[in-house]
Amino acid sequence: MNRQQLMICGVGGQGILFITRLLAETAIAKGLAVLTSETHGMAQRGGIVVSHLKVGGFASPLVRPGQADVLLSLKPETVALHLHFLKEGGFVASNAREIPAPAAGHPSACIDADTLALSLGDPQSVNLIVLGCLLARPGRLFCSAEEVVDVIRRKMAGKETALARALEAFRAGLEQAKENGIPC
Amino acid sequence: MSMAEQQKKLLQGNEALARGVVESGCVVATSYPGTPASEILGAVMVWQQQEEVAMHLEWAVNEKVAFEIAYTASQTGLRAMTAMKQVGLNVASDPLMSAAYLGVVGGFVVVSADDPGPHSSQTEQDSRLMAMLAKIPVLDPDSPAQARELAGLAFQLSERFSIPVMLRPTTRVCHACQDIALLPVERLNRVAAFEKNPSRWAATPKFRYQLHLELNRKLAEIAAYEPSAPRRLNPQTESRLAVVASGPAASYLKETLSDLDLWERLSCYQVIQPYPLHSAFAGELLEKHDRILVLEETYGVIEMQLRDRYKVQGKLSGAVPEAGELLPEIVERIVADFAGLPAAAQTPAPAAGGRRPTLCPGCPHRASFYAIKKAAPKGIYPSDIGCYTLGINLGGVDTVLCMGASISQAAGFYQAYRVTGQQRDIIATIGDSTFFHAGMPPLIDAVAQGARFVLVILDNVTTAMTGNQPTPAHGTPAGRPVEIESIVRGCGVGFVKSADPLDLPGFTALLKEAVNFSHDRGVAVVIAKSPCLVDRSVPRPKRSQPKVDEGCVGCKVCTERFECPALVFDEATKTVSVDTMICSGCGVCLEVCPVGAIKREVGA
Repeated sequence: MNRQQLMICGVGGQGILFITRLLAETAIAKGLAVLTSETHGMAQRGGIVVSHLKVGGFASPLVRPGQADVLLSLKPETVALHLHFLKEGGFVASNAREIPAPAAGHPSACIDADTLALSLGDPQSVNLIVLGCLLARPGRLFCSAEEVVDVIRRKMAGKETALARALEAFRAGLEQAKENGIPC
Repeated sequence: MSMAEQQKKLLQGNEALARGVVESGCVVATSYPGTPASEILGAVMVWQQQEEVAMHLEWAVNEKVAFEIAYTASQTGLRAMTAMKQVGLNVASDPLMSAAYLGVVGGFVVVSADDPGPHSSQTEQDSRLMAMLAKIPVLDPDSPAQARELAGLAFQLSERFSIPVMLRPTTRVCHACQDIALLPVERLNRVAAFEKNPSRWAATPKFRYQLHLELNRKLAEIAAYEPSAPRRLNPQTESRLAVVASGPAASYLKETLSDLDLWERLSCYQVIQPYPLHSAFAGELLEKHDRILVLEETYGVIEMQLRDRYKVQGKLSGAVPEAGELLPEIVERIVADFAGLPAAAQTPAPAAGGRRPTLCPGCPHRASFYAIKKAAPKGIYPSDIGCYTLGINLGGVDTVLCMGASISQAAGFYQAYRVTGQQRDIIATIGDSTFFHAGMPPLIDAVAQGARFVLVILDNVTTAMTGNQPTPAHGTPAGRPVEIESIVRGCGVGFVKSADPLDLPGFTALLKEAVNFSHDRGVAVVIAKSPCLVDRSVPRPKRSQPKVDEGCVGCKVCTERFECPALVFDEATKTVSVDTMICSGCGVCLEVCPVGAIKREVGA
């Protein structure tokens, strides 16, 4: 799968830019062209933040409505706001106790990342937990969990404590998704 | 994988543009932060360190000063760049208009980032029109990669024609990221050498007329300069229909042509330099095609230079919306219609809702606004540009015009009421960086004119909204910090006191004292000193989170009037609880709760 369009959404402060860039750098490591679009400025102050990520040969960084392969949401309420970007049969991964109602009709997975992050003692790790959940099933994204781990290691080299926490969160999301049964 | 691919890095548009600037041998770069241009200078700093280039880089006090410092470096023969957002260019427009006449020696590039939408700006104004007004060429990149490329072309154009050149990215270029291979940095090894020539550099009006004639000659030549000429996207296609696009609209056009299978049905051109539009191109376009669609942001700058209102469709003709961002789905609909395709399937509508931006949990500005409303409940509250504009959510912001206007508007309200025999409590708010930027002249004016109001300077010791850039209060290794309190005293203000707004009762009492002073003695200034919580350069205080006990009566004072996002009202229980994921433990809500139901464990 060498061409994919993703939407990543949540609210300011949840680390949406971090996982967007992590996936974009994973694409580059695989030799794939990549374009992303980010939210900055006033909207970041507790407002809705959304990133577009396009892997493969694209000219523009924006995903058009009805074109996204995957919607990754760090706040349940943002699923409804960005669902129109998803194509028919597109996948929804969300940080929620149960699959948000608007995602009905789409293949989806959810994980209670808030609770898991608190139990890990790192409330800031929600983003990596949900990403881990999304990558629990091989073939869903243009990259594998191992490829993402390699990039996390490279990105955070020299910051050993932060690296260990990031890997722990990512793996916790991955493991819990597998325990819950891998969604199809 | 080839060598070039191995060296590819993920660069944000602003980082790519900055890379292009450094690769071009620029050695002086200045800026004042503003979304979406804020990351440019920081990225120049990173490239400068990595490449070990000797450069003067500065966060200037405002855009006018930033422009003038960089322009002067160009007068000495060095390559220089200044970066700002579109409304920042308004502030720097005075030197811009004049520099266009005087011209440059070393290449001089003015980056002005536009914000169609707008996402984070007061206006959707098109800087390309400002370039037209100043009579300087402007380049319009479609992507981070092209922003890097056109930075190089901008320096080349600038030196070839001795003219300032504008590079105009939009939000979708600045805040896009792309895989980009780095190129080597050009080391020009120039030394500053100012050649005196008062008839040019200090030209009187008589010489300015000559310079204007010279400027017009330069523009005519630039309109024939091959490297910046429009690019034909599909030379093999010959059609009576043509589409002309520039900036991000060109990238949306390319994807639309593929998706709708139109590459062989429409002749497509990408304009790199929207002003001055290449004259040969404009002539041929009108000659070869019957109908021409122009896609550009945000105003019809290319369209207005095509002198045939019957053939040309765009913003002026009504074919393209004249306001708002030109999103890819809108481009797709317009191009399909232009090509005579049946209407595309309706784009599904986004769900309504979302949440409004709000001050961060624990932000000291929230406490300041709460205290302001207590101290002058019937007051008028002029405010300014920054995070604290969000004080509007607390009812603490009545007006926002432009940088520094809070102070002039406070004076304006005072004078308007006074001259009609009335007086109102007026409390203006301005951030520390905005005060340095444009607050001093109106404060001097207010003191000299005898205006009476309270000014609260929200001093979080950073430029918070744009990513915590330094202010003059930080000083620099070579310079000295500049204190706000001494500036205010120097302006002749008779009441100047500082306090931490997180001490809500103490701060409210101080504001009441200031309001009383302002009633009959003039301007009173209160400096609300408390650091920004998202500023990573300041250690984050470790504070225990409060708890809401069973005494909560569900009055919503803390969630609606104090509007802290870390306090959540539960519709089922009709009580409030603390969101432990985001509460910063500032504890101001303990003072806000009317029934004392919010408590902090002693010793926790």
